[in-house]
Amino acid sequence: MRDRLLIFSGLALFVFFVTWPVWHGVAARTSAAGPKLELPKLEKNCVAPREYMRTSHMSLLINWRENAVRNNQLRYRAYNGKTYDVSLSRTCLGQCHGTREKFCDRCHSYAAVSGPYCWNCHNDIPKGVTTPGATSSGVVAKLTGSAP
Amino acid sequence: MKITRKQFLQIAGASAVAAGAGKLVTAVGQTEPSGTASSGAKTRWGMVIDFQKCRKDEGCSDCLNACRLAHNIPQIPDRAHEVKWIWKEPYDRVFPFEQTDYTRQAFDSHILPILCNHCGTPACVKVCPTQATWKREDGVVMMDWHRCIGCRYCMAACPYGSRSFNWIDPRPYISHINPDFPTREKGVVEKCNFCEERLAVGKPPACVEACPNKALLFGNLEDENSNVRQALRARMCVCRQPELGTSPSVFYLM
Repeated sequence: MRDRLLIFSGLALFVFFVTWPVWHGVAARTSAAGPKLELPKLEKNCVAPREYMRTSHMSLLINWRENAVRNNQLRYRAYNGKTYDVSLSRTCLGQCHGTREKFCDRCHSYAAVSGPYCWNCHNDIPKGVTTPGATSSGVVAKLTGSAP
Repeated sequence: MKITRKQFLQIAGASAVAAGAGKLVTAVGQTEPSGTASSGAKTRWGMVIDFQKCRKDEGCSDCLNACRLAHNIPQIPDRAHEVKWIWKEPYDRVFPFEQTDYTRQAFDSHILPILCNHCGTPACVKVCPTQATWKREDGVVMMDWHRCIGCRYCMAACPYGSRSFNWIDPRPYISHINPDFPTREKGVVEKCNFCEERLAVGKPPACVEACPNKALLFGNLEDENSNVRQALRARMCVCRQPELGTSPSVFYLM
């Protein structure tokens, strides 16, 4: 048993490397807890059952998109009979979820979903916010009041 | 009944010819939707721009501003990156082939608003490889920015230069974001949509509503009694390069 030291240090190294992901996780302070989503305060029901929305909200959004843009269907009749405006900014954010950061982004970053580029174009900015370098004119007030 | 190999092949051949001929007849019978006055559609949105009323106040940009604010159009100082939906051009550039020495003297310094003509037979629609742009039944040449791949074939095809490409992210150049209308992103083409989002709720286009001189008329070209048809009956009107066969829906009352 003259090699005891060598064997045990080798074993220790082996165990360390095999359990490396665990230590890495501990060091990075990751947790298995799900994302903390801020749920809508006023609404209890989404436009489709919760389970469906969890797994398939992207299909629903694509259907909304195709029907609104290409077939001019701007109202959506939900499973519970309620009708909604087909609008990501006005309905999903405006009526319920408020901001994308506290709902969409939290879950997407938890699930490491990269790529939903909805917000490159659709507005997640609260109404009336002016970006820096703005050159507003008198027509602003007149028009924002009459926009659909 | 006994059938020989020769007979079998004859019957099979004749059936194939018959099936093929049927398809050919159907294909020939289907003409392209032409959007001209006789297309049979109930609605064809059109615009009439009154040159006389518009030229009274050439410093006015209310229609341009209204459009810019309604559709989040970026104001990019670099002209190479400019994005245009409705904009002003001098007469000689709006009607380059309707010039005489005398019109040059009379009109060249005058400025007119121009926008997408929402053609009856739009060249942009024919060339789009993804059907990101298409002609709706009501005559609006629509764009689906989700589907645009930024190939710019439509820009090459459009004889009126009505389309713009987003070479850079437009958002930093939008002074006031209208939350009810999306912005665009780098890599897509955009153009006037005849305010289809306003038409959907029964409102006229933003430019028409904003014009203080009521120089812009908007209405249904298929309806004989509509304001646009009355205007087109009452006075001499022109459209931009009708000889190209694009059948524009935007007219200028001279």
